[in-house]
Amino acid sequence: MSSIPDELHYTKEHEWVAGVDDGLTLTVGITAYAAEALGDVVYVQITPEPGAAITAGEAVGEVESTKSVSDIYAPVSGEVVEVNAAVVDDPSLVNNDPYGEGWLFRVRLEGDADDLLSAEEYTALTSGES
Amino acid sequence: MSRPTPLRGVHEALGATLTDFAGWLMPLRYGSESVEHNAVRQAAGLFDLSHMGEIFVTGPQAGEALDHALVGHLSALEPGRARYTMIVNARGGVLDDLIVYRLAPEEFMVVANASNYPAVAAELTERAEAFDAAVDDRSDRYALVAVQGPRSQEILAALTDADLPGLKYYAGLPATVAGRPALIARTGYTGEDGFELFVDAADAEPLWAALTEAGEPYGLRPAGLSARDTLRLEAGMPLYGNELSADLTPFDAGLGRVVRFDKPGDFVGRSALEPLKDLPPSRRLVGLVATGRRVPRHGYPVVAAGGAVVGEVTSGAPSQSLGRPVAMAYVDTAYVGGDRAEDLSVDIRGSHEPVEVVDLPFYRRNK
Repeated sequence: MSSIPDELHYTKEHEWVAGVDDGLTLTVGITAYAAEALGDVVYVQITPEPGAAITAGEAVGEVESTKSVSDIYAPVSGEVVEVNAAVVDDPSLVNNDPYGEGWLFRVRLEGDADDLLSAEEYTALTSGES
Repeated sequence: MSRPTPLRGVHEALGATLTDFAGWLMPLRYGSESVEHNAVRQAAGLFDLSHMGEIFVTGPQAGEALDHALVGHLSALEPGRARYTMIVNARGGVLDDLIVYRLAPEEFMVVANASNYPAVAAELTERAEAFDAAVDDRSDRYALVAVQGPRSQEILAALTDADLPGLKYYAGLPATVAGRPALIARTGYTGEDGFELFVDAADAEPLWAALTEAGEPYGLRPAGLSARDTLRLEAGMPLYGNELSADLTPFDAGLGRVVRFDKPGDFVGRSALEPLKDLPPSRRLVGLVATGRRVPRHGYPVVAAGGAVVGEVTSGAPSQSLGRPVAMAYVDTAYVGGDRAEDLSVDIRGSHEPVEVVDLPFYRRNK
């Protein structure tokens, strides 16, 4: 079983979101479950630059592995404040440390984050898929 | 429902990610596919290829039957040797690419791809009707385990008395491996030295266990289909369904050398293929190396400087050996012919990413 930290929030597209409960700047990455399903990640691209506005549900980048390519979606609406240059440079961080060094971008929340899943809900989602 | 191989339990115990491939439940990878790929290049990898088909053609006219049924000259094959060949339809379209082993003067084993072997067995049965030869699909009875990589011979030598140094590339030898009967073949699909072991399905698990143990000091790792695909891609080897299909002839694929017009008798596809042999092809299978990090994948268009579509990618993946993405593609010869260096790109989901055209293979081992 891949780890699903309790303190994070999640999306159906297998992204995690940190900081929902304690601030306006959220950190986004992809889950260990998704990283395992993808296999070795070889390319990460986040299209919007810092300062750009994004809308929940829109494709904001892609993550490419040996066998496949997947879109990354904005989990919430807001303004991108930072893109993780380290993960763009070394995409294997997504596999090696998906909830840490492998984070993808930070976004300043505009509106709410009510549609995100809890760890419990995400656990149910992934156990249904496997 | 995907069909499991005799080694399913082993794959599950190893924590493999399993995937459906041609109706079979196969290990895609056991951990990191890059680690598995590199293990095969630098040490050795262990593969379950039990999804492949083994079709036996036996009898006094087995060789003649295969000469008629396939594009190669199999009756001329020495017992103990193997040949890469193809079966085509009457229009010359490739139905499958095959390795044929001559096990004895009147006994051949045709190894066909998982997705095609039921159709290949049916075609062979029909095409052999006029000959004194029997066609028997024994795929269900066989497991196929491959050991591939520079340390393969040392690993296998620990489990058999067979003369491995004397076994040539594309040769096969009946032997005993880990106390069980096996056909040892020096063949593979990785671009490395290695062996394929055809054994009774019931012997697959103990053989796998023995190879795992013997390979441990040499860095042998189980390797899945993902690594197999990137290894064969680097080695420039075609995959049926990607580089080969019933819509393409062996000449289209740049593999016209497998068609043996000089053999005696007629063969299925001869009249369709004969006019093509001296015709310059309109497209050529080439290697592409991406300049950036995005991967050209199967089906992506190849575009010229002006934006015109001049080809299509058949296979693509990040290459461990080159450190950049590589691909095979059919490209109009006008854009890859001679010493014309055209600026080609691949349309990767809407953006044109530059590629260099290179000769295949991308990777060649040091002998």
